[in-house]
Formats: sequence, C-alpha cells, structure tokens
Amino acid sequence: MGPTSTGIGNRKLGMWTFIGSECMLFGTLIATFLIYRGRNVVGPYPRELLNIPFITVTTFVLLMSSLMMVLALAAVQRDDMRGAKIWLFMTGFLGLIFLGGQVFEFNHFVHEGLPLSRNLFSSTFFVLTGTHGAHVAGGALWMGTMFTHAAQGKLDSNHSETVEIAGLYWHFVDVVWIVLFTLIYLLE
Amino acid sequence: MATSEADVGGRAAGEHKQGLYSGGLWSWLTTVDHKRIGVLYFVTGLVFMLVAGLEAQAIRLQLARPEQRLLDPEFYNQLFTMHGTTMVFFAGMPLIIAFFNFIVPLQIGARDVAFPRLNAFSYWLLLFSGLFLYSSFFFGGAPDGGWFAYTPLTNRQYSPGMGMDFYVLALLLSGIGSIAGGVNFLVTIVNMRAPGMKFMRLPLFTWMALLVSILILLSFPPFTIGLVFMFFDRSFGTHFYDAAAGADPVLWQHLFWVFGHPEVYILVLPAFGVVSDVIPTFSRKPLFGYPVVVFSGILIAFLGFGVWVHHMFAVGLGPIVNAVFGGATMLVAIPTGIKIFNWIATMWGGQLRFKPAMLFAIGLLGIFTIGGLSGVMHASPPADLQQTDTYFVVAHFHYVLIGGTVFGLFAGFYYWFPKATGKMLNEGLGKAHFWLTLIAMNLTFFPIHFSGLLGQPRRTFTYAEGLGLDTFNLISTIGAFLFTLAFVPLIWNLWYAWRRGRPAGPNPWDAPTIEWTTSSPPPHYNFAVIPRVDRRDPLWHPHIKPGLGWAGEAEPGGVFPRVQPDDAPEPIVMPNPSYWPLVMALGLSLATIGGLGSLPLVFTGVALALLGLFGWAFEPAEGGH
Amino acid sequence: MTQEAGHTHPSSRFYVVIALTLAVLTAMEVMVFYVEALAPVLVPVLLVLMSVKFALVAMFFMHLRFDNKLLTGVFVWGLFIAIGIILILMAIFGKLAG
Repeated sequence: MGPTSTGIGNRKLGMWTFIGSECMLFGTLIATFLIYRGRNVVGPYPRELLNIPFITVTTFVLLMSSLMMVLALAAVQRDDMRGAKIWLFMTGFLGLIFLGGQVFEFNHFVHEGLPLSRNLFSSTFFVLTGTHGAHVAGGALWMGTMFTHAAQGKLDSNHSETVEIAGLYWHFVDVVWIVLFTLIYLLE
Repeated sequence: MATSEADVGGRAAGEHKQGLYSGGLWSWLTTVDHKRIGVLYFVTGLVFMLVAGLEAQAIRLQLARPEQRLLDPEFYNQLFTMHGTTMVFFAGMPLIIAFFNFIVPLQIGARDVAFPRLNAFSYWLLLFSGLFLYSSFFFGGAPDGGWFAYTPLTNRQYSPGMGMDFYVLALLLSGIGSIAGGVNFLVTIVNMRAPGMKFMRLPLFTWMALLVSILILLSFPPFTIGLVFMFFDRSFGTHFYDAAAGADPVLWQHLFWVFGHPEVYILVLPAFGVVSDVIPTFSRKPLFGYPVVVFSGILIAFLGFGVWVHHMFAVGLGPIVNAVFGGATMLVAIPTGIKIFNWIATMWGGQLRFKPAMLFAIGLLGIFTIGGLSGVMHASPPADLQQTDTYFVVAHFHYVLIGGTVFGLFAGFYYWFPKATGKMLNEGLGKAHFWLTLIAMNLTFFPIHFSGLLGQPRRTFTYAEGLGLDTFNLISTIGAFLFTLAFVPLIWNLWYAWRRGRPAGPNPWDAPTIEWTTSSPPPHYNFAVIPRVDRRDPLWHPHIKPGLGWAGEAEPGGVFPRVQPDDAPEPIVMPNPSYWPLVMALGLSLATIGGLGSLPLVFTGVALALLGLFGWAFEPAEGGH
Repeated sequence: MTQEAGHTHPSSRFYVVIALTLAVLTAMEVMVFYVEALAPVLVPVLLVLMSVKFALVAMFFMHLRFDNKLLTGVFVWGLFIAIGIILILMAIFGKLAG
C-alpha cells in the first residue's frame, strides 16, 4: 500500500467515517426513544421493568471489554501473540456476557408482559437496544475471527491495523452504550 | 478468483480491443475497476430513467383531459409512486454515482477508489434492489403510497398489501450501498490525491463529490431508521407510527425529510460540480471565485440539514417552528444563488464555445434558477399553505431537478463521453437533444405552475371539468410527449458514436484538469505515471493554448506529465477482480426478499452474505494505493 | 498502513487507570440516581458524567487524543449533527420545555 495524502491509512479513515455515520444512526434511534418517552397508553411501564443494578453490572462488563480490546491492540503492536490471544478472547467473551445479559433482560421483559408489540416503550426500547446488541454481536464475531488469526500466528505487528480498526468499532459500540445506559436507565 | 493483473508497461489504451469495454460477462461480474463500475451504474441509471419516464408518460396521458379514466386510480397511485422513487433512487443517484466513479479518481490522480470491492458491492446492491422493487408489479402491485410514503396511510392498517413492504425493503437494501459509497468516495478524495493536489486545487466536480459523500453519510441513516420503524410496524406490530398507542405518525415525516432535504442537495450538487468544470472549459476562463463556489457548497451542505420542516409547513407544527425553518430555508437559497453569479461571471469576457455540454450547462443556469424562484416562494409558510400539495410544487421540483440534476448530468455526459469511450459524439445530434429537451421541459412544467396555483392537487388521478385546469394539463401532456421524443437524438447519438464516432484524443476540449492527461479511454491503471500538480487548472499553465505534449522534461509549473505516456516505466499492481462483492450482495438481497415473510430465505441470505463477507475479508487484495 | 505519529503509545497501566476511572464514573452515575437529595440536579449531573465517560473512551481508547485531528473532525462532525437533530426533534415534540 502506498502513502496516503493525510498519512492516515485508508481503512482507518474509512472506519472513522463509518463511525461518524453511525452517530446519525444511533442518534435517530435515541431521538425517537426520547420523544416517545412517557407517551405509553398501556403498560407495563419502564419504571416497573428496568433493573438498574443488573444493567449496571452488564455495563461494567462492556466497559471492561473495551479495556481488553485496548490491551489486545497493545499486545499485537509489540508482537506478543500470547497476550493478543488472551485479550482478544476476553474482549469477545465479555461482549458475549453483555449480550447474555441483554437476552436475559429481553426475556424477562417479555415474561412480564412486554413483548415487542406491546406499547411505545417496547417498540423503542427493543429496537434501540436490539440494534446496539446486533452491533455487539457483529463485533464479537469479528473478535472471534481475529482470535482465530492470532491462534494461527497470523496476527503480528505488521497486521496491527486490522486490530486497531476492529478496536475502533468495538469502542464505538461501547461508547453508544455509555449513552444508552444513562438515557434509558438512569434518566427514566 | 481471477489472476492478478500486473501491468508492466500498458499498451496504448485507446483501442477498445484491449480496453475498458472488452471482456466477457464474468469480467464484468467480477470487476472492481471504478471505470467499469461507473459504466455499469450509468447504463443501469439510464434504463431506470427511461422506465420512470414511461411511467410519467402514462401519468400525463391520464391527466391530458379532465375526468378521464384511461388508468385505474389504484394503478395511477402506483405509477406516481414508482416514478418518483425510481427517479430519485434508481435513476438520479446511480447516474450521479456513475460520474463520481468514472471521473473522481481521474481528477485527483488516483488509480482507483479507496475500496474497489466495496465499490462493486454498492453497485450490485443498487441493481438487485431496483429489480426487487420492480418485481412488486408482478407480486400484488407496486408501492402506492407516494415516493415519500407518509404514515398513517402506509401503516399496515391502511396499506395491507405488500406494495409498501417492497418499498421499505428495496430502499433499505439500496441504502446500504449508498452509505458504503459515501465512505468510499470520502476516503478516496481525502486520502488518495496525487502529490500537490491540495483541497483548494481540486476540480469543482470532485469538491462536490466530497460534499455529497458527507451528505449521504449523514442523511441516509435517519432514513434507514425511519424505514426500519415502518418495517417493524408493518411486520412485527410495533407502534412507531401508531397514534392510538401514543405515537405520532408525523415522526415519519420528520425522519423522511431529515433525509429528504439533504437528498435533493445530493441530487443537485453534482450537477453544480459538472457545470463548474464545464463552463470554464468552454469559456476558456478559469472559474470565477473558486473559493466562493467551494464555500457556498459547504454552506449548502451544512445548512441543508436545518431546513427539512419546510416540507411540513401544513402539518401544524406551530408558528415558531414554521418561522424558524422558513427563515433557514430562505438562508440556504443564498449560497445557491451565489454560485449562479460565479458561473455567469466566468462566462463574462470568456471565449465561449457552444458545444452541447456548454448548452446544457447554460440551460441549467436558466432552468434551475426558475425552479429556485418558485422554491423561495415555498419558503414562506403562509404562501406555502396555498402552494403545498398542488402542482405548483410539482412544477418547482421538476424545474430544479430537471434543470439542475438532469441538465447537469447531460452536460457531464457530453463533456466526458469522449474521455470514457475514446469517441466523439455528433454535435448536431447533441444540439438537437438540447433544444428539444429545453422546449419540451418548459412545455411540460411551466403550465402546471398555473394549474397548481388554481388548486390542482398532487397525486390525484383526474380533475373535474370547468375548473380552468384543462388547457394547462393538455399542454403539459404534449410537452411530456415531446420530452420522450427528445431522447431520440440522444440514443441515436450513442449508436452513431459507437459506429462512426471520430476517435477522441486525450483532451478534445482543451480542458484544464488532469483527467484530460490520460488517453481516451484511460488505461486500466489510469496513470502510467502518477501526476504531480502545483496549481489549480494545471493544464492551462503557462497560458491557455492547445496541449503542449510530453516534452520528456518537467515543464515548469502546471502538471507533470502534461500527457500520460503510453507505457508505464515501472510495474503497476492493480486490485484483483473479485466475485465476493457479488456474492455478499446476493446474500443480502435474498435476506431482503425474505423480509417479505420468509424466515428460511432470510437465514439463507444471511448465511450467503456471511460467506461472502468472509471470502472477501480473507481474499488478498493487491492494491494500487 | 499504520500511522507513525511519533508519539509514545500509552502504557497498559495507563489504560487500566482509564478503565478504572470509567468504572468509578459509572458508580457515581448510579449513586446519583439512587440518592434522593440529588434529584434536582440529576439530569445535568448524569449528562456531564456520561459525556466525560464518552470523551475518555474516544480520546484514549480510540486514540483520538494522539491521532491526526482530521479523525477527530470526522467523528465530531457526525456527532454534532446527530446531537443537533436530537435536540431539534425534542424541541418540536415538546420534550425540551424544562
């Protein structure tokens, strides 16, 4: 690959561009959630269902997964294959734990009488957090792929850009959750 | 995967045998060459434009006389919905992306775009989503809720058929391709410019491409979400647009127009870019006030996000909201108007040559301005209360879209056709195309300003006698018929050029930008030697005269080399062709079709898409840059 | 192609410190939520804490602090328009009136 006009790699710039676009994607979902808050005609209502302690734990898990990601990148950059494998695995693993928490929560809501089609809250909540969860799932798949690469010894410092870019995606998904945690759960 | 194509010294790329248009079906299915993808987009866009034109013909035939019933009203609704949807998403945007694809890398001195396979992926999504949308005619009826698909009419309750599902799914699918294209072109323009090609030395067309990419990236996501909401409401019983559940159907209008207004700038800024390149060339004078034209483009792109409610003045959002957005709308007209003055000032005192490209560019100035005037009239909420939802609005947007986008694209077509094909078009036929189009366009759309102000509503399949609308509608229909005829010289010209067109050299118009240093058409790798520039309009250095040829030494100033050599001095490695973009696009399309109600198809499609994704990710991509 | 920016990569310890800071900020957020006395300032405090966490992840984990400013621009631009649209929509729907 040749030099670029800005000195930034094409893929890195591409991922940041995509992230900028995703701000609008999640921004629209968040706007809708906020606009429709408090307009439910029928219950169950958010306060009855939202479990702050539980979600605090899963939020913490996701935050720590970002730490794992950053450590993974650092390991790849210094050709520490063992470290890379460990941290990449942990990133994906914690991501899956977070997703497990989401699934548990969704299930719980449905059992409490809030299926997807119940009311405004079900509509906005499930689509917003579900979109976020889908992004986490995609990221976990990506982590799994990179872990496999690392296990095959293919992920050395020459290929650190891929890990860096995956990291940007992962951190962005985490950052979106930082916003969602506050807006959906704490500001209810 | 095909073999890699390392070119060690290209052969002269003017011959078609070894060039751009050679190769069998497989080479086209796996191409990642921006020039070929541009050709694919162009042909596809042109075909969809002709289909949408036929839909318009049918509409105008139905409206030619009062109280006619040539067409069933239900079918009429499908016609105007598909006409609008097709023109915007499957004709206008593809044609624009066709030009971006072919021209932008050449204008910045790059060998391809940043992500060639992503480029192909975007194209296949466009093609499949368009075919999918049109298949709706055969599966219970096309969408019929208008191109802007307002809720609650398009809620499942009031649109129980599958038509609107086709709409939602087709646009979700093509939207993915558009956003990918936005990423691709932004990274290309920012990151792959030739040495010396600073931002303020970029050709205006590329500047507009950059702004349009930003607009796409920021405006498509809200539309995507609005469509997702509609899909979920229609398919899973959610309540995003369900008033009975406490929601507000007007939310759809907001999400649609937050996208929809920037979309019209996406449609028109490329035309402005073309005109900003064409007018200087055929005036033999650099663009007057280049920085002003650039900054007004930036202003339009930015302000364009703050005016969307002007499509909703009659919704009842209240005087404060209406006043704020009315003011913002008037504000955004200013940078647009400034450009018109820049173009006029460019021509002033220039050595004008009225080639077809120039005729269409000048035509844009006039016709778009008329559309802009009616647009400013809409900007006042009280005035708009009379105009909205009438044919006055239809007149406005056809003047800006045809006068703007279509004339701009035609100008670009006549301008860059020799570069893309190595053949010259027939000038007489080009002029005939222009004059016929100009007359037809005005005949079709000028009268309906008046029928609109007299109260003729949009989207109604007929009108009563004795309302004073008859003559205007009849003239408009005659104009529409003439408009179709106006395509004949264009098609004839294409055939003519193919058979008997004079060969075109690198720079038949003596234009100043660096795409004109390559052969026509350019070789696979575009530039044998990556050019170096040190100013704007580099080929017009030291002063404007016909091309000086390659002297073998660096000419002081301008661009080096002035004309690309036939052979590359060093081996050039280009991206490999690949079928993975096609596979992934196919997978996503199958999943989209499954969205109509077949879960197995969704899973199959997703599986195929994942296969495509992994195949793509693990395929080695030798790259130019 | 990775960028050679000539800066020193933060150490692993630094990242752990950031992560712990994020954890503490999250704990503070939850605390504010549960403490009745803080109810009047709940919204601004939470928004501030959320923004600080956001900035920490963006600046340090995503490396924006040390990277080419263009990347910050690309991100901030999208963020800015997104926040603008959110606020305008909320205003139109009457959600910003205190």
